[in-house]
Amino acid sequence: MKQFTRFFIAALACTAMLMSLFACGEAPKKADEKAEKNAAEKKEDAKKFKAGFVYVSPVGDAGYSYAHDMGRQAVQDLGWVETSFVESVAEGADSERVIRNMARKGFDVIFTTSFGYMDPTLKVAEEFPNVKFMHCSGFKKSANMDNYFGRMYQARYLTGLVAGAMTKSNIIGYVAAFPIPEVIRGINAFTLGVREANPKAEVRVVWTKTWYDPALEKDAAISLLDVGADIIAQHQDSPGPQEAAQERGVYSIGYNSDMASFAPKAHLTAAIWNWGSLYVETVKEVRDGTWKGDQAIWWGMDKGIVDLAPYGDMVPEDVRKMVDAKKAEIKSGKDIVFAGPIKNQKGEVAIPEGQSASDEQLLGMTWFVEGVVGTTE
Amino acid sequence: MLELIVPLLNATVQSGTPILYATLGEMMTEKGGVLNLGVEGIMSFSALAAFVTTFTTGSATLGFLAGGCAGLFLAFIHGFVCISCLGNQVVSGLALTILGLGLTRFLGTPYIGLPCEGFEKAAFPILSSIPVMGDILFKQDALVYVSYVVPVLFWFFFKRTSLGMAMESVGEYPAAAAAAGLKPILLRYSAVLGGGFLIGLGGAYLSLAYTHLWTNGLSGGRGWIAVALVIFAFWRPGRAVVGAYLFGGVMAFQLRLQASGTNIPSSILLALPYALTIIALVFSACRRKHSDMPAALGTNIEPEG
Repeated sequence: MKQFTRFFIAALACTAMLMSLFACGEAPKKADEKAEKNAAEKKEDAKKFKAGFVYVSPVGDAGYSYAHDMGRQAVQDLGWVETSFVESVAEGADSERVIRNMARKGFDVIFTTSFGYMDPTLKVAEEFPNVKFMHCSGFKKSANMDNYFGRMYQARYLTGLVAGAMTKSNIIGYVAAFPIPEVIRGINAFTLGVREANPKAEVRVVWTKTWYDPALEKDAAISLLDVGADIIAQHQDSPGPQEAAQERGVYSIGYNSDMASFAPKAHLTAAIWNWGSLYVETVKEVRDGTWKGDQAIWWGMDKGIVDLAPYGDMVPEDVRKMVDAKKAEIKSGKDIVFAGPIKNQKGEVAIPEGQSASDEQLLGMTWFVEGVVGTTE
Repeated sequence: MLELIVPLLNATVQSGTPILYATLGEMMTEKGGVLNLGVEGIMSFSALAAFVTTFTTGSATLGFLAGGCAGLFLAFIHGFVCISCLGNQVVSGLALTILGLGLTRFLGTPYIGLPCEGFEKAAFPILSSIPVMGDILFKQDALVYVSYVVPVLFWFFFKRTSLGMAMESVGEYPAAAAAAGLKPILLRYSAVLGGGFLIGLGGAYLSLAYTHLWTNGLSGGRGWIAVALVIFAFWRPGRAVVGAYLFGGVMAFQLRLQASGTNIPSSILLALPYALTIIALVFSACRRKHSDMPAALGTNIEPEG
């Protein structure tokens, strides 16, 4: 009996582990299966170009990885690239194994799309000097590894203009993930937009310290609505805050991708990623041999990597016109978002008139602009 | 002041409810002498079962029951391993968490982002017109109203019915229970299954009432909080209610504190619900001589010979 018991538990544990691995997306996806077959028939089909993608979360969540996967599909649509992806890859040791696996299978270029993949990517890049690596949102680079990101703050600023023009209570709620420069920069850009459209409005921030906890993030949004906010914006991957806004009959601003389907009556617009533009360009460069390593790529709206989702029906024509005019200005290459004079929360001038925040200042931003209610700690 | 406190307490009840269901479920399991560390996995899986059932049949009530049945199903696996096969309860419970979370992700992917009707907030007739209390307690969804009755039934079951007392006895001293002519194996199974059903209801609450759309990661660690609350509540349903609402209340409070623009660092505020719940329950425990911890908790009933 005892032996049977031990065996049974071991079997159950193994099944559970396997299930979780399976569910973590380790099982190759359709595209991946094709790629595997391809690897087997390498000799016959040596010239097929292959691009691999590593995601931190499942692709179906309308959030961060979903946006990256739209970019992958844009690459796939080119016709001459074989793409595959692995989703829900934990940052750290797990990711190193996944990335190395891809490199070994003969991928030409590998996109690793989460901050925590930075060191694993660098390590594998050293082992496979002929494979090109693209790491998203980090700061390390090498001879065959670039890092890349987009100037999401430009889109955030535009959504801020919409929110500022639409608020009636002059309080806008912002559900935010972690107080890191990327998120703080977004809140600041959003607030600058809000205040430009409506100098009396303020932006209230609630931190959840989660990227993805739909129930908690919805609760956070409700707490903002309870203190009088009538528009909810978010830097979060779950649609929880959108749902809260819809239920209370107020407006919301989405992030990552068009979140209108989650809250059709609330969704004003969203600051969205459009990674396809960069991914298509990159695979072309790699194919043509013009790709350069050791680069830090930070594209803006002028190259289409960030954008606004279509406006909801409730956004009036004059607001659309005003925002579209600003959008055109940014698209023409002018970076007007962090142009001085900009005051911090204490009312001191942080960026003087005539100057604009440098990339270094933007990447290390740890202070809030005037108009934000909340703390960066 | 009232217009701030009433929504706060209303939110308290809502965020405490899923934890309350799960805590009572785990408490029932443990009263029968079985430790179930799979609460997180069970909640997650039953949230999916509830969602899928409601999504396909359109009936939220059916979905709620399906959540309970999904919890029952996973709890049965745990019961089979621990009670029939004499497996290690800790290992089996942890495996159940991994299995539950894995199954949820695997089976739930096609449903991500889909909305479902679920339970909307509906004022309870008559009682909701009581000033203040009515606004807090009786302007909730149907599942919250159900959760008001469950702890009372739970208490009644274990203190006033022979089945409940028999169940508790196999958690205390199974050999004596067997000598008294009871069937310890059967009783333990019913504690595990009943507990699993309650935990499943907590999971169903997450996808049917808390949010109305399916996404992964709905349980968000609530199952582990339930496991901890059972210990800090000393296996008493009344204290479980206090613990669950205290946790939900402090969570709702700190979010509102942030929203009102405080300078207290958010990391401290976010740790508050965990810290305060533990401190409060430990503090109140200091005044009591003993807890109701089942003596045979975590041990299996070895067959004679």
